[in-house]
Amino acid sequence: MIVPFGHVLILAGLLFLMGILCVVARRSLIMILLGIEIMLNAVAILLVGSSLLWQHLEGQAIVLFVFAIAGAEVSIGLALIVWAYRRTGSMDPSDYNLLK
Amino acid sequence: MTIYSIIFYLLAFLILVTTGIAITRRNLVHVVIYLIFSFFGSAMLFYLFGAPFLAVLEVIIYAGAIMVLFLFVVIMMRAETGNERLFALRQWLPVAIFGLLYIAIGMGIITADPNSRITLKTAQAAPKVFGQFIFENHWLSIEIVSLLLLVALVGALVIGRRSRRPPAAQTTNGEL
Repeated sequence: MIVPFGHVLILAGLLFLMGILCVVARRSLIMILLGIEIMLNAVAILLVGSSLLWQHLEGQAIVLFVFAIAGAEVSIGLALIVWAYRRTGSMDPSDYNLLK
Repeated sequence: MTIYSIIFYLLAFLILVTTGIAITRRNLVHVVIYLIFSFFGSAMLFYLFGAPFLAVLEVIIYAGAIMVLFLFVVIMMRAETGNERLFALRQWLPVAIFGLLYIAIGMGIITADPNSRITLKTAQAAPKVFGQFIFENHWLSIEIVSLLLLVALVGALVIGRRSRRPPAAQTTNGEL
């Protein structure tokens, strides 16, 4: 007996909310990418918890693919950030105005 | 209140506090270090929920690979957010209102859901069972994901390569 499933839902929801807050409120591209990671982690916690609730391995399988996609996303995202930083010398997305 | 529930609440507290500290720090190195703590907590939570293989993967991929990659970029770029401007106060008011509204609705949904009152029972999926399940039911997804990782590797190499041509801002000065 661990806890009611609702408490897992609340934990994952609060973590997801923190990720959204990080994406919306911070003005650095690295913080935005970290916020996405926090959100993916919250979803992974929820999926493992629901996999335990229904006693089925499907949720854990999805988490494996979430990890793989998070790895791919972060490598491409960081490469893009490095490229943009070399090009403009800034990490603030509001400074990217070369098209103006 | 069993030992499992005590562990769960302690881990939940740890994860929420370290993530909350992380998203409010100015120094990006501190942010990454606090997030490593948070991901270690998630890994222990996975173990508590009976997914030892995913707990190991969380430590290796999230706390290991991804966070170290972030640390490399932060240190390499000397990224400073000391003069980072946050939003004005009057912009925060609608954000707070809608956020609280969504929290209230979410709480309502969670309390109304009959599943959320079911107490989780401890169980464990051995890595062998998990691997057999994955490769019996999701072998095609495994292949697609491996292809995706290869594409990400090649893409990161192509983007990260230093270009020979000078950037557009320099070529407009007459040497074009």
